[in-house]
Amino acid sequence: MWQLVEKGLLELDVNGERKTVIARPADTLLHVLRTQLGLTGAKPGCENGDCGACTIIMDGWPVKSCLILAADAVGHKIQTIEGLHDSPAQSAFLEQWGFQCGYCTSGFLMVCHALAKIHPRATPEVRIDWLQSNICRCTSYEEIDAAIRSILHEIEEEPAERP
Amino acid sequence: MIPFDFEYYRPDSIEEAVNVFERLDNEQKQPIYLGGGSEIITLGRLNQLQTQAVIDLKRIPECKALQLEEGVLVLGAGLSLTEVAEANHFPLLTESAGRVADHTARCTITLGGNICSNLMYREAVLAFLVADSQAVIAGKQGIRRVVFSDIYNKRLHLHRGEFLVQIATDTKLLTLPHRGVKKTKDSRINYPLVSCAFLKCDGRLRLAVTGLCAFPFRMREMEDCLNDDSLAPEERIKQCLRYLPAPIVDDVEGSAPYRQFVFSNTLAEVIEQFEGRD
Repeated sequence: MWQLVEKGLLELDVNGERKTVIARPADTLLHVLRTQLGLTGAKPGCENGDCGACTIIMDGWPVKSCLILAADAVGHKIQTIEGLHDSPAQSAFLEQWGFQCGYCTSGFLMVCHALAKIHPRATPEVRIDWLQSNICRCTSYEEIDAAIRSILHEIEEEPAERP
Repeated sequence: MIPFDFEYYRPDSIEEAVNVFERLDNEQKQPIYLGGGSEIITLGRLNQLQTQAVIDLKRIPECKALQLEEGVLVLGAGLSLTEVAEANHFPLLTESAGRVADHTARCTITLGGNICSNLMYREAVLAFLVADSQAVIAGKQGIRRVVFSDIYNKRLHLHRGEFLVQIATDTKLLTLPHRGVKKTKDSRINYPLVSCAFLKCDGRLRLAVTGLCAFPFRMREMEDCLNDDSLAPEERIKQCLRYLPAPIVDDVEGSAPYRQFVFSNTLAEVIEQFEGRD
């Protein structure tokens, strides 16, 4: 049984590299990524799982790093925005102007990247369901939606509802 | 940031989990079993939950089971709601638990965590209540299997130190006519005014509800009313409302009269959908 009973060393697999950090058992992954590893792409927004600005990818799936203990992440493959290079989602966001202030962008990008990998032929219903995990206070939803649509090969007609 | 410290344990087996809980409990550390952890983090951050130790159950193989064999679907309590929905072996569960929080949060929230949540909604339990699924529970005395509706009265009743390992459902029930309905006040991502799971089995509609009262429930008396085709749908709905197990929730998400209206409307829709279908 693995355990962490007090502040101590953790080994995390981040962006394909083994990283050693010092963390309390009660520290969130978001806190450790930002303060221990300097990976500030994942943003603290609500820190309550509502806004999605802290979204990263863990074992291929988007997760909110403010809702995961760093200790819980040991043994999982973590990808942050800093580990995303020249992905179709990034290019699509540039081409479609899928951002304004940029604070939510890394979270949206991680969701869009994971969606394109897991469901490259996502239905509009699936696409909207995934995008509703994130909030953009600049309301760039149209452009973000256009960006993800440009890299998906959708198989159904567009419904009326927007993210 | 969580403003207090706790110890983190990650057992590899049911026995280890039960033993470490007992030890930590004896040490007065108020141990808590951890599923996805989102509730422990959000409540802990606000000092609305206190513990000195958490026991993460997700690395126990039985808690991650996802098996469909010998006429039984076995779902580990440590599966995330997304894992369950992606496998989609139980479409009613996919529908009724498929709108808990948001998609990214559902990649973390576990079946067991939702069913044992401190929040009143616990939408994942609805499909198991109408399907008469079996809860597989581990504790110091070993493993016990209990029909869900026998152990779920307002919440899952577990003895101290016990935890939900799996939920087993007869495969014959998985593909029956069904409908999961979640109605919210405004945006799609929100707590439900009413969330219902309907399953038509042996010509009768079964119904489990959450959001209406302060806990999820399945009332056989309500189902009798719902299935009494000697009465007009409006009368059946009126009769159903007589058997609510508690007052209707009246809060900022929706007043009691509004929730009752939404629930009645949902029943009318579903009666119309299922009337005459086998």
